[in-house]
Amino acid sequence: MFRNVAELVARAESKQVKIAEIMIQQEMGFSGLPREKIIEKMDTNLTVMEQAIERGLKGVQSVTGLTGGDAVLLQQYIQTGKALSGNLLLDAVSKAVATNEVNAAMGVICATPTAGSAGVVPGTLFAVKEKLHPTRLEMIEFLFTSAAFGFVVANNASISGAAGGCQAEVGAASGMAAAAIVELAGGTPTQAAEAMAITLKNMLGLVCDPVAGLVEVPCVKRNAMGASNALTAADMALAGITSRIPCDEVIDAMYRIGQSMPSALRETAEGGLAATPTGRRLEAEIFGSFK
Amino acid sequence: MKYRSAFDIIGPVMIGPSSSHTAGAARIGRVARTLLGKQPQKAIISFYGSFAKTYKGHGTDVAVVGGILNFDTDDQRIPTSLNLAEEWGMEVIFTVEETVTDHPNTVKIQLFDETKKVEIVGISIGGGTIEITELNSFQLKLSGENPAILVVHNDKFGLISSVTTVLADHEINISHMEVSRKEKGKMALMIIEVDQRIHDKIITELEHLPNITQVIRMVE
Repeated sequence: MFRNVAELVARAESKQVKIAEIMIQQEMGFSGLPREKIIEKMDTNLTVMEQAIERGLKGVQSVTGLTGGDAVLLQQYIQTGKALSGNLLLDAVSKAVATNEVNAAMGVICATPTAGSAGVVPGTLFAVKEKLHPTRLEMIEFLFTSAAFGFVVANNASISGAAGGCQAEVGAASGMAAAAIVELAGGTPTQAAEAMAITLKNMLGLVCDPVAGLVEVPCVKRNAMGASNALTAADMALAGITSRIPCDEVIDAMYRIGQSMPSALRETAEGGLAATPTGRRLEAEIFGSFK
Repeated sequence: MKYRSAFDIIGPVMIGPSSSHTAGAARIGRVARTLLGKQPQKAIISFYGSFAKTYKGHGTDVAVVGGILNFDTDDQRIPTSLNLAEEWGMEVIFTVEETVTDHPNTVKIQLFDETKKVEIVGISIGGGTIEITELNSFQLKLSGENPAILVVHNDKFGLISSVTTVLADHEINISHMEVSRKEKGKMALMIIEVDQRIHDKIITELEHLPNITQVIRMVE
């Protein structure tokens, strides 16, 4: 079992296989299931992700009305041909938002690594798909690569907003996506780890401050930024840029930052955006109207 | 290692909006249900920490109740579980606790039927992964993911080997085992996580061993 990113990368490079393959082999060992069963299980998760994006792109609304419909607005904007930051990037953002809008509407999603951060990995995958045209198996491998990096963060830091803030959720998701994009685009395991490090460094300190305690504001838009951060970092790593701080040390820093984060900023809806006048007003309106 | 599978990270497939506050909560509820072995007549659900602060917004209440009604994390009936509980004759009481717990996402669930009571404390550690930390005031650590046997017994020598001998005879492999007791020489609890399915025959055999009070089977 690999304990950190350094071991994961070393194993992939010495065996000359993808990171995804290391994760698949570990899963076979852990579960005792044959390869086909494990691939099939991930295929099911991939289908759930695809369906959530499709549903979100048609337009959904949460029970509270706080979120919904933004994925549609972005797709319409892309169609105008006026987008400044590039169609692939915005497509990823739109698909990340679509997933989280479905999540906020209590629809069916696949947690990656959590529900609140479920948009980043599928959003980037289904956007990059349009350019790289991967096979179904390569898309499944994308998820195993994401899982491998998420596995290290989960075990060495945290993937819970209540324990480590949003850096542990959208931060982790963004790093996982960046690494998987690099591998899908033909980058090396080392480059994948660099992308993860660059991504996480830009998510450190991100607090979990959901308005009214709902996974809506700012969660949906944080998934948007998580997706764009992942794509940018992946491109940087593929360009040959490296992180001065090694990936495992960034993960350790993230853990320590999470530990020292006050409870008001860890999913208690007591601080940050939740405690702004507008945040409080929305909270009162929502819970007033639920009676 | 808190997380062991790729599917702890990519998964579960679930009803939104929160893996820890919705999916994890449903899983803890379902473990409590499994331990009771049937639908309870009454459930008292106490929320602590972040659960206490945000349970309404995350649907933690409907998720725990959904779990107690034996729903999986992706069951579309979760949002309406409170109505279903009423329809199916299960009384539900929620309490919000001020006590500070070790983990911010903590819930205590007490289930009752005519004769039995089960009380568990569960924590939702992120991404839908859970741990059961207390059962009927015994401290323990149980993931709820693997088949497991819980054996309530008298704290006497030789008990552990008699139980493991039965498992060995049936070629059941133990992946994790823990023993705890409240007081020396009194009631004790064995938690045995195993790799294979545990058949009724084995449970009956264990129940007939001397000094065994109760045997509970847990299968996902």
